[in-house]
Amino acid sequence: MFMTFVIAFFVGGIICTIGQLLMDFGKLTPGHTLSTLVVAGAILSGMGLYEPLINFAGAGATVPITSFGNSLTQGAIVEAEKHGLVGVLTGMFEVTSSGISSAVVFGFIGALIFKPKGNVD
Amino acid sequence: MVIVFQSKPSLIAGGVVAGPLEKRSIFSQYFDATFDDERWQMKTNEQGHRKMVEEACEFAMKKAGMKSADIDYFMGGDLINQMTPTNFAARDLDIPFIGLFSACATSISSLIVASLLTEVGASKLALAGASSQHNAVERQFRYPIDYGSQKPQTAQWTVTAAGYALVGKHHEEYPSIEAATVGKSVDYGMDDPFHMGAAMAPAAFQTIQSHLEQRNQKIYHYDLILTGDLGQLGLKLLKGMFLESGIKSEELQPLRDAGAEFYGQDETFQSGASGAGCSAAVFFSYVIQQMRAGTYKRVLLVATGALLSPLTFQQGETIPCTAHAIEITME
Amino acid sequence: MEKEQYQQLEQNVTPKPPYFKNVAKAFLVGGLICTIGQAVSLFYMIFFDFTEATVGNPTVATLIFFAMILTGFGLYKKIGQFAGAGSAVPVTGFGNAVVSAAIEYRSEGLVLGVGGNIFKLAGSVVLFGVVSAFFIALIKFILVTIGVVSW
Repeated sequence: MFMTFVIAFFVGGIICTIGQLLMDFGKLTPGHTLSTLVVAGAILSGMGLYEPLINFAGAGATVPITSFGNSLTQGAIVEAEKHGLVGVLTGMFEVTSSGISSAVVFGFIGALIFKPKGNVD
Repeated sequence: MVIVFQSKPSLIAGGVVAGPLEKRSIFSQYFDATFDDERWQMKTNEQGHRKMVEEACEFAMKKAGMKSADIDYFMGGDLINQMTPTNFAARDLDIPFIGLFSACATSISSLIVASLLTEVGASKLALAGASSQHNAVERQFRYPIDYGSQKPQTAQWTVTAAGYALVGKHHEEYPSIEAATVGKSVDYGMDDPFHMGAAMAPAAFQTIQSHLEQRNQKIYHYDLILTGDLGQLGLKLLKGMFLESGIKSEELQPLRDAGAEFYGQDETFQSGASGAGCSAAVFFSYVIQQMRAGTYKRVLLVATGALLSPLTFQQGETIPCTAHAIEITME
Repeated sequence: MEKEQYQQLEQNVTPKPPYFKNVAKAFLVGGLICTIGQAVSLFYMIFFDFTEATVGNPTVATLIFFAMILTGFGLYKKIGQFAGAGSAVPVTGFGNAVVSAAIEYRSEGLVLGVGGNIFKLAGSVVLFGVVSAFFIALIKFILVTIGVVSW
């Protein structure tokens, strides 16, 4: 039980480290960095490597943004297997709906109740 | 070519108003007011920005015992698209209005135009200045302010402040404007909007050098050469350029930067303050008051501005900058 | 001073980012957020009947809820300044990007302001995620069809 937490911590930390190096060394903006990581997740997913990573690291692999790429790709591949070419398009959003929908809903609610403040600390 | 003002228009009064964070400025004791609400109790940041401009102008006019109806011209600008806060403030002030955009150098470009109008006899009293509001500027140029991006040490903090000066005919009681240099748009290939100091330093160097040359002066002729918002790193670069040109470092003692000093040594603000309101707030409160107190007799105010937009950065362009200088003396 | 000379001066004067410190902070905070995610997942598996395969959805939604609260109270940006990629890379960073844009653009109304700008920062993630998934699935489909790999 304890090990699952340690591994989640470690793997999640590594993925974030890669992101930090992209931003500091690669001088990429956050937008570029996150887009790169999402594509990386999609590629690993296509090669069949991301699902084993999730089995190994749990939240350490599902929480970073790379998992978006994985979910979208897995959804597309599963549907493509079932329905052929059309499945590629229809499958994509079945699996990631949670991340994007919750962000939209909470974003909307946030806009209703919060006002931006320019405080620094 | 340097502009020499034969009639020596005077800075009759200055009005400076700032936001809640600016209470932490080392210059806050010189401001006329600092507000607790960065929106000035208005519904949006932009509306608060407008209110702040009006308040600064009211202070300047009140100090001179004047009202809107007595003012011939209102000129100024800000960093918001189409300068709407200043435009809308002009609507409420009801004074003939010239909007000017030199990014963070607007405080001095408007002062130069006001002085010219006074020099040719077209204006008896003119308001000139600039302003910026942190939230409104950040969401336009960089990110929404609640976004968790990591700002580098080279970044600067846009101040929430408005500074306006009342320019009138020469009067020996007040600091007077002797000369001015209009800067060019200078691009040394810097392209990082989180490192504006590096982009602006060459423009400041060129303008100061040009002014000194044309006026046959050296740095030591001045008690103070104050740039607007180069920040700590930009000031370092400016000094580096002077050292490279043969000036010794002891001679650079009058050279200071308002943005670098604005928040003191507080590292939360990285390289220092920036924004059109930074130079305006410090020039039209601290400098004017210190000159009247006799601390400085000859001052060169050099406001610096980065002439980029969020779009130009996305299109991969570098950042051209400008710096305008005005020479003020106190008898 | 010439352009090249100035660029050299700028390189010498400008401090480099504290690489090691930034990486360490990103690692720690990113790991911590994922650990919290692991705890949230366990909570859902124990108290609700989610399995390892299906617990991803409520976990992500919960983390984004946390991100909304932290963003709204102005706390996420402080975490972000400290942690950099450690707070941007986890899905909470995506939530922060969406929520912060929504809050900021409220002043232009719900339809044009919030609706028109909510994906201003996070849109590229959605775009590239969808596009790369499409092409990769397409490539796999082609490879399977010509018999190079299997599903």
